[in-house]
Amino acid sequence: MKQVDVRKAYVDSVTLMQVSRRVADLDGVAAALVAMATDLNLELAAGMGFDVPATVSGNDMLVALDVASDDVLAAARTEVDAALAAASRPAAGGFGDAPPPPTMRAATRDADPETAVALVSTPGQYAFADALDAVDAGLLTMVFSDNVSVAQEVALKRRAGETGALVMGPDCGTAVVGGVGLGFANVVRPGPVGIVAASGTGAQHLLALLDGAGVGVSHCLGVGGRDLSADVGGLSTLRALDLLDADEATELVVVISKPPAPEVAEKVRAHAASLGTPVVFGLLGPGQPDLTATAAAVVEAAGGTWTAPESWGGAVSSRRGQGVLKGLFVGGTMRDEARLVAASALGLEPASLEMVDFGDDEYTRGRPHPMIDGSLRLDRIAHETDDPTCGVLLLDVVLGLGSDPDPAAALVEPVRRATAAGLPVVVSVIGTRDDPQDLRRTAGALTDAGAAVFLSNAAAARAAADLAGAS
Amino acid sequence: MRLGTPTTVLTAGAELLADAVAQQAVDTRRVAWQPPEGDADALAAVMADPRRASANETALSRMLAAEASLVDVRPASEALGLGPGEFLHAGPPVTWERASGPMKGALIGAMLLEGLAETPEAAEAALAAGDGVAWEPCHHRGAVGPMAGVVTPSMWVFELRDDVHGNASWCSLNEGLGKVLRYGAYGPEVVDRLRWMGDVLGPLLQTAVRRTGAVDVKAIVAQMIQMGDEGHNRNRAGTLMFLREVLPALVDSGAPSDDVAEAVRFVAGNDHFFLNLVMPACKLQTRAAAGIDGSSVVTVMARNGTDFGIQVSGTGDAWFTAPANTPEGLYLGAYGPDDANPDIGDSAITETAGIGGMSMATAPAIVRFVGGSVPDALATTQRMYGITVGENPAFGIPILEFRGAPTGIDVTSVVRSGVLPQINTGMAGRVAGTGQVGAGLVTPPMACFTQALDALAARAQQP
Repeated sequence: MKQVDVRKAYVDSVTLMQVSRRVADLDGVAAALVAMATDLNLELAAGMGFDVPATVSGNDMLVALDVASDDVLAAARTEVDAALAAASRPAAGGFGDAPPPPTMRAATRDADPETAVALVSTPGQYAFADALDAVDAGLLTMVFSDNVSVAQEVALKRRAGETGALVMGPDCGTAVVGGVGLGFANVVRPGPVGIVAASGTGAQHLLALLDGAGVGVSHCLGVGGRDLSADVGGLSTLRALDLLDADEATELVVVISKPPAPEVAEKVRAHAASLGTPVVFGLLGPGQPDLTATAAAVVEAAGGTWTAPESWGGAVSSRRGQGVLKGLFVGGTMRDEARLVAASALGLEPASLEMVDFGDDEYTRGRPHPMIDGSLRLDRIAHETDDPTCGVLLLDVVLGLGSDPDPAAALVEPVRRATAAGLPVVVSVIGTRDDPQDLRRTAGALTDAGAAVFLSNAAAARAAADLAGAS
Repeated sequence: MRLGTPTTVLTAGAELLADAVAQQAVDTRRVAWQPPEGDADALAAVMADPRRASANETALSRMLAAEASLVDVRPASEALGLGPGEFLHAGPPVTWERASGPMKGALIGAMLLEGLAETPEAAEAALAAGDGVAWEPCHHRGAVGPMAGVVTPSMWVFELRDDVHGNASWCSLNEGLGKVLRYGAYGPEVVDRLRWMGDVLGPLLQTAVRRTGAVDVKAIVAQMIQMGDEGHNRNRAGTLMFLREVLPALVDSGAPSDDVAEAVRFVAGNDHFFLNLVMPACKLQTRAAAGIDGSSVVTVMARNGTDFGIQVSGTGDAWFTAPANTPEGLYLGAYGPDDANPDIGDSAITETAGIGGMSMATAPAIVRFVGGSVPDALATTQRMYGITVGENPAFGIPILEFRGAPTGIDVTSVVRSGVLPQINTGMAGRVAGTGQVGAGLVTPPMACFTQALDALAARAQQP
């Protein structure tokens, strides 16, 4: 049955279309038209087979219902009333927050390069676009992502030369900018030393050693491990040197890197020599001073007094049986340095030592970095404890922002089991007094578990080699 | 840039690293990142194109500088050079076989209007055979047409000019709502109305415009944006302001007063009359940005009821097409989703220019077409700033503190964010001859943008 009511009321057409739909959705309602009686709607009503009184005007509301029964008609009229009442009620709540920016470009709108920096850690194959947005905006841009192609790295760094930006990375794990740590960074006191680092964990160790010696850091700018290769040509290193030279807080600059490609080394050294700020090079690798020695030189150059970083003895004072030294690391530069130091002390080829970097791609595919989740290494410590060919175990623990909030907690039990089995465990702890994990508590927990603990990675490696070399 | 202590860190990627920054009492602005659509290498190539940034800046500045004045009203045969049997239509090119119901209906109506067929059946046969008729997109002639967008030689068109860039654009006169040609209806009342528009309304408007002098359409658009119109689905204020401009000259034209009264009644009774002036104004704006090498800014979005097509500044007049989506919204009378045709019309030129759905915040009433809320409308426009290269200060949105309309849709931002331009639109009936069945919201298919990305990549310069 078809019924047409006429009401004296005005409601806008959008609301009425919603009301019509809501009423039409009721069981037993074949069709519903709730609409102002405009010519268009009268035509629609006629087309739907409704008989509309000729007296209606555009200020009347039609409620035209095609229903199965009187009961449905009553229900439909109630629904019309309810829907109209609901539509006139103001919505709860305010206007809501603006949606988050969908791209870095959107995020950089109105960003001031003087006060804003960018941190890109998207998957490497996609990182270029967001990094480029930040570089286009002239921002200091840290690219934490790895697996960015060399061509894209060069494109980013060339573009930065045009916009006045600095690209830190790709694969830059650590930076400190004006006291703010980005990525895996240690909390350091402010001071006169500016760092340019092509190595993330190398930078962290230098930060920790300087802070331990009471020398503060102005900025620590990562440049990515490939920056000083022939392909990239040191573009970010040169730019970072200029920025630190212009920075009032920086009185001394340290560059830490693997030895650069020869033509790049020459360019960087020549540029460094032209600056007003003295530049110290701390090169990593065979025949170079270790990071602790570099830190000592920097502290002296900065007018500080160097004292050897602290250490605490372990529960086991000799190697287990005829076993050899093995190292299990979360920091790649820690691993490389320990391998060189220990091999030199033992008179062995570095490659002959079994030293694993759990931060390497083969261990991080599809899982977090071991500085966040160390479970793979914990399994390996248990395995080495049960393996009699392991005579001395060397580990590193890296504290700081972004890292596991309490790495000692998970290590204590495996270390206790290893030392109880007669396997000496030597640990280098990389951290500062102000790091959120609490350096002293971490070192204490590991010492209590029986480990020998060193705040210098090179000293830890030497101590481990001493244990392994003793007959 | 110089080194200092940052107060804000913009982050994209791992939340853990953003959290570590926030722990240091530094503000973070976090990108809602997601993997991009389309080919990662193509995206990288387009992003790396050294021309892109400046080309997009140029595209934006030309869009902002474009003017739009109504300078004349003329028959399409004269203004667009359409010969007998030559029709224009909305969207990218389409064959009779692939044409949707409303497009076929409008072309049938065009045959009847032009006297090229006596009956709908005869019209259909001639169209199917391509017998003495040909049709091409409005955009190919610099024109635009709402819904089916069919323009015939005898129809009168608005002629707008952008003297800054030396361009012109044209659009037919709006017929009103309900059973109208642009929604695919072709009954006698449709053809009779079109004849009256050609015989009475067109000549009257011509006289009025010629007596008034050029009407600054862009200025009216700027005002309507501040009066609750978004210029696509709501043109109420614009229509009345336009009438205000030409009314004195209409009254003063010496034409019979019953004709003048009928024309004024017709214009005032159709809240969408001004849409057909907004559209060519928007076309002039986006056309000014066309053909800039390296630019990834969208210059055309248009639908023919079968396909959605876009054009991009850096790829000239190439169309990137994919099957059109069907709008979601509210239906007139007893019509429902099954009655709706896929998206149709050149009216998405309004969104291409930054108004319409892109500026939904200025017309909160429109969002209720999909059962949304005022916050939805605000959020939609704010989301659109994420995919556009800039803002148009001439079109300030009061509720957003007069922030300019989000302008210059960027292909790379769309594929990276997955955010598609928001379009407000009318819905045509699926079956030829039905007319309008509702109105609602729709987005373009993502495939249009990934294709455009590939084409931009093929033309990209190495850094």
